Amino acid sequence: MVDMTAGQSAAVPRQIRKPKSPIARFFGRRSTIAFLMALPLILLIGVLVIYPAFYSLHLATLNKRMTEFRGFDNFSFLLFKKDAFWTVVYSSCLFAVSAVIFKAFIGFVVAHFVHNIPAKGQRKWRGMLLIPWVIPPAMSTLAWLWLFDSSYGALNWTLAKIGIGPIPWIGEPGWARFSVILVNVWFGAPFFMIMYLASLKSVPDALYEAADIDGATWWQKIRYITLPMMRNIIAITTLFSLIVTFANFDIVRVLTQGGPLDQTHLFATWAFEIGIRSGDIPLGASVSLFMVPILAIAAVFILRDINKRGNEA
Amino acid sequence: MAVSTTIDKVAPDKTPDKTGPRRPVVYRSLSSDRKWALRWSYFFLVLFCIFFLMPPVYMLITSLKTSAEISADPATTNPWWVYKPTLENYVELLTSSQFLTFFKNSIIVAVSTVIITMLIAIPAAFSLARMKFWGSTTLATGVFLTYLVPDTLLFIPLFKMLATLRDWTGIELFNRWYVLLVIYPTLTVPFCTWIMIGYFASIPKELDEAAIIDGATWWQTLTKIFIPVALPGLIAATIFAFTVSWAQFLYPLAFTTSNDQLVLPVGIISSLIKGDVFNWGQIMTGALLGAAPPLIIYAFLMDYYIAGLTAGATKG
Repeated sequence: MVDMTAGQSAAVPRQIRKPKSPIARFFGRRSTIAFLMALPLILLIGVLVIYPAFYSLHLATLNKRMTEFRGFDNFSFLLFKKDAFWTVVYSSCLFAVSAVIFKAFIGFVVAHFVHNIPAKGQRKWRGMLLIPWVIPPAMSTLAWLWLFDSSYGALNWTLAKIGIGPIPWIGEPGWARFSVILVNVWFGAPFFMIMYLASLKSVPDALYEAADIDGATWWQKIRYITLPMMRNIIAITTLFSLIVTFANFDIVRVLTQGGPLDQTHLFATWAFEIGIRSGDIPLGASVSLFMVPILAIAAVFILRDINKRGNEA
Repeated sequence: MAVSTTIDKVAPDKTPDKTGPRRPVVYRSLSSDRKWALRWSYFFLVLFCIFFLMPPVYMLITSLKTSAEISADPATTNPWWVYKPTLENYVELLTSSQFLTFFKNSIIVAVSTVIITMLIAIPAAFSLARMKFWGSTTLATGVFLTYLVPDTLLFIPLFKMLATLRDWTGIELFNRWYVLLVIYPTLTVPFCTWIMIGYFASIPKELDEAAIIDGATWWQTLTKIFIPVALPGLIAATIFAFTVSWAQFLYPLAFTTSNDQLVLPVGIISSLIKGDVFNWGQIMTGALLGAAPPLIIYAFLMDYYIAGLTAGATKG
């Protein structure tokens, strides 16, 4: 009975239940079989995701040698005594928010350009523009590191040709923050482009034709047709990217290693530095747990949007 | 033909053809505007392509240079041009046993992770999409939420768990590539299950009901009907699992250290960068070779790759 209520449409099981045949007995056993088939997944999630998440909470309450319980000492130490913590909070938020905004904007613009050109050429352009997303980020960040090189780097060479002085891409805190964001935008914008392009294709042409006849400007078409039609996909993509960007590790780790002067550390890289490199596991766990509130808020909103989407369909 | 229909649904390149004949009529008064919009679109697309393709192209350029050319005086040479192309860097890396070990480790880890992922995700997705049981809808939502838990939140507790387990059992778990086979599925299984649920749920119920009335077991329904029909989704999930395990950087960096156990991304960064000495020719060659497998898969299976990408947020 229980398994019936979980079904999306009750009509189909009711038809099957009527004849009390071997089929009915077969369906009677099916919830057991179903549970067994999902068991590896449940075990994997339970042992390697949910348990570590709560274990992290436990670890965060211990002292450095993990011998005694210290309550919230680690959290209050970070919040009130460690100045570097607030630098990390600031650079993480700056990094995540500005990178997501630029990714969403560039993705939106590029998706429109691809959508504008004749359909038979779109595949080729889309294929080229998605390449940054396909390359493992640790590898592509190495290429950026070399492009940013202060004496032999190709970027400064090119800028010098048009008369712009040498830029300390990763040598100076402000520029280093900019470079980290730039690399993340480069890596993530193609994902937004693909999502928005798929969504643009689902907007009926007739709406734009009607708007043309009514004499709408391009801005009015975007504001009153495109954006409302894409609202859901924009929300989901942005929130999803916010989570991934906020928890980013590879780019900062390879490009700046948190430097100069720990000014570009994100939660993830700082937690790695403290927890693994310096061996203070409880403090590292506390640092990474500070990511949870923002991740949780984003996750709640995504879930709401996904469910809404399910109801519309 | 199921392949082409599913792909078209996600990336309907062909839809404008239907409205093709009408277009000149509708836009005749605006055709000059459209022509300019088209030119600007191409112009900006070229600009964006330069931006997006600059790092990989520069990888390729640098990988073909000798170290003398890389460290040549930038006042007299153009870094964007290869004056004396050479395959020296490729030969050196592909004959170095250390690099080949990284490559071998990466391939073993990525391929095994794909197999483990599929063995867990396909039955789970099948049971969550078709055979409801107590708590199955909650579990489906939970799978999606798990997918949102980032690796950067879990690596410290996992590190400690491995240490504890090692102390209990006496088996060395750090610095062993096979430990990654246990950890990596946490990154791939939730997403693969999630998109497979979407693909399985879109298969008409009549199909498997017919099979069951004909006396097929659940196992036969899964292998003879669901897997063949949902093959595009399966390929998309496989590509996802492979690229994610290939690109994973944090876990191997935290859990493995010695040169014979490293996977490619970590190996290139920790073995080719020695102190402040950067041998850029070899680093770029290594990075390009490290990026090659995902790029090759992408080049041949682009439609599946994109289908998987868009399905993650839209199916379910």
